[in-house]
Amino acid sequence: MADAKVIPFDDDRSRSGGASRPARRRTGAGGPGSGRGDGSAAPVSALPGAQVPELSGLSPEAGEGGQEPRQDAVDADGSPAGGWERRIAGGLAFLRRRVTGDYDVDEFGYDEELTDQVLMSLLRPLADKYFRVEVKGIENIPSDGGALIVANHSGTLPLDGLMLQVAVHDNHPADRHLRLLAADLVFHLPVVNELARKAGHTLACAEDAQRLLEAGEIVGVMPEGFKGIGKPFGERYKLQRFGRGGFVSTALRAGAPIVPCSIVGAEEIYPMIGNAKTLARLLGIPYFPITPTFPWLGPLGALPLPTKWTIQFGEPIPTDGYPPEAAEDPMLMFNLTDQVREQIQHTLYKLLVQRRSVFF
Amino acid sequence: MRFGAGGRHRAASTRYGDGQGSYRGKQGSRVLGKVVLVTGAARQLGGRFVRRVQREPGVDRVIAVDAVAPAHELGDAEFVRADIRQSALARILAEHAVDTVVHLDVSGKALGAGGRTAIKETNVIGTMQLLGACQKSPTVRRLVVKSSTSVYGSAPRDPAVFTETTPPKSLPSGGFAKDAVEVEGYVRGFARRRPDVAVCVLRFANILGPRPDSPLADYLSLPVLPTVFGYDPRLQFVHEDDVIDVLGIAASEPRRGTLNSGTFNIAGDGVLLLSQCSRRLGKPTVPVLLPAVTWVGSALRTIGMTDFSPEQIRLLTHGRVVSTVQMRETLGFRPKFTTAETFAEFARSRGPGLLPPETVGRAVDRLAALPLPGGAGPRERGAGAVQTTHGAR
Repeated sequence: MADAKVIPFDDDRSRSGGASRPARRRTGAGGPGSGRGDGSAAPVSALPGAQVPELSGLSPEAGEGGQEPRQDAVDADGSPAGGWERRIAGGLAFLRRRVTGDYDVDEFGYDEELTDQVLMSLLRPLADKYFRVEVKGIENIPSDGGALIVANHSGTLPLDGLMLQVAVHDNHPADRHLRLLAADLVFHLPVVNELARKAGHTLACAEDAQRLLEAGEIVGVMPEGFKGIGKPFGERYKLQRFGRGGFVSTALRAGAPIVPCSIVGAEEIYPMIGNAKTLARLLGIPYFPITPTFPWLGPLGALPLPTKWTIQFGEPIPTDGYPPEAAEDPMLMFNLTDQVREQIQHTLYKLLVQRRSVFF
Repeated sequence: MRFGAGGRHRAASTRYGDGQGSYRGKQGSRVLGKVVLVTGAARQLGGRFVRRVQREPGVDRVIAVDAVAPAHELGDAEFVRADIRQSALARILAEHAVDTVVHLDVSGKALGAGGRTAIKETNVIGTMQLLGACQKSPTVRRLVVKSSTSVYGSAPRDPAVFTETTPPKSLPSGGFAKDAVEVEGYVRGFARRRPDVAVCVLRFANILGPRPDSPLADYLSLPVLPTVFGYDPRLQFVHEDDVIDVLGIAASEPRRGTLNSGTFNIAGDGVLLLSQCSRRLGKPTVPVLLPAVTWVGSALRTIGMTDFSPEQIRLLTHGRVVSTVQMRETLGFRPKFTTAETFAEFARSRGPGLLPPETVGRAVDRLAALPLPGGAGPRERGAGAVQTTHGAR
């Protein structure tokens, strides 16, 4: 934690925060699913157990259907033979649905089957093994109905969004899917746009956000945008401006609660020490990161540092108590935006104070 | 009813067979019968609508207009051979005391020979002439215009779902989409000048029917589908039967609790990705890098296989999905076919492709028969599961 400049909000708060730290640590370890190691490990390991059969289902697509299940047979529950049959049957049924086009996508292009069985299985090792994401406060996400998760954005590449998606899906008791709002650059890029749409992401605009919230989906937004993800390493964990606060009015219109979310650990995966602005302008991207390893080591330099992540969901801020015309009130919008921003920033500082090391 | 070589003169009213009298007799004591004029009657869709609308109760006479004689039967309708680009329409409207005009001659594909310029003229100049004639006519009470969802364009910066009020981020630069935008602009102007006329603009998603009559249907009929590498567009389809039904609703008096003037998106429920379409058709795809797509497009256009206009390429890159809430709630129309069902019908009418889904599915089943550790059990169960999922399709 020594590497981050922790700027206290006010002396009062920081002192009380420091004093109550051991107490919070204790409650954290005692609380369900919020402990440091074992608390979060339990639900995470339970889900891969259920997902592994699907993982084997995706591999026949690559032509190696027989190899994957061999490793998984060990952790099959009860009778290995029964789990086996189910896995192969499930995998083949999945493959057959894929090759014959017999699957559904929603109007945003979200392919739930592909996301659950392939994309999530690919991201899960990154979240569980590489970044060892610790999820706190998952109970703050409602089990039904729409909610807007507002998170900080960092890390040069939007890995934090993907990890947030895995965190919500794997930890939430109701298996909720996070629908992320992405920058328009994502939808300009070939391959990326296709995968983003299939993973349930859509363009960050008021229309799409409102449509998703009204459909009762959990929507994830990172209002800092490129200002947050492309900020230099020296400014890590300092929240940037929250856009124009459009996310607040969208949540108000849909009457969906706002869940502030703080992500710690993503800032250090690619320490951006420089920005080749001319090159970025040439390539038509908002920034061209220069890290201690990239672009010097080539593709190897693009490997993110294995930092230890914490994702904390805060208390939801209800928005259904406001009259319908409140969404047009700029003052209220600014106040609510600030409230969300302060809450995220404050939680970030608290998590940073608790953090033992960047990597452990 | 025959359609001979008659009507060589433009706008020559060639009334065949039984005339007005017999209609009156057939309709019995109906005094206030409607007179419907349909443009674009020589096309498949126009012909079907002409045949359909004359069976509607309350419709007294149907005047079918097109610049070429239709190859299909028009039932008891009266065919007037007229080029809507010329100013003959005012006379036809007055002569028959037309009260409902259904403008279907807005199309992306030429009927027979005729290049892009001819289509554009028919679409835009034809609409202007028709609207000018309608504005002069005291009898016209209702105007229905066929438009397209292509007016929204297709851009990565667009919201995922277009509603009727979504402003397009990038206006279509050319092709049929631009025609449709211009047609809608003239129709809006007409609606302002003649507030007493109920104007209904129907923006149809990609229409698929047994006979391909659109550039997209032509594209889907190619043996191998060239796609844009790295993009999987979302597509919506609407069945021709539903098109005919909704045109009927728009051309008649609104039912209780509904309103049939305004602009409505018309599309079947659900969305298909192009990758799903190709797999369901059983056609292999050839991903082409975006910079090279225009070359492939012009090459295909040169050999006359399909119209790969820039607008069409944008649709096949970014896709387009529209909201049909207004169609359901205001217009009160529920399509009989979903997007997937429409596409299944289309796929059935086209015959199997090079890689029929059944064959590919069987190949997967054979994969199940491979000697995997696990024995015969999984094979049986796998096949069973596959059968049920396939049957559910």
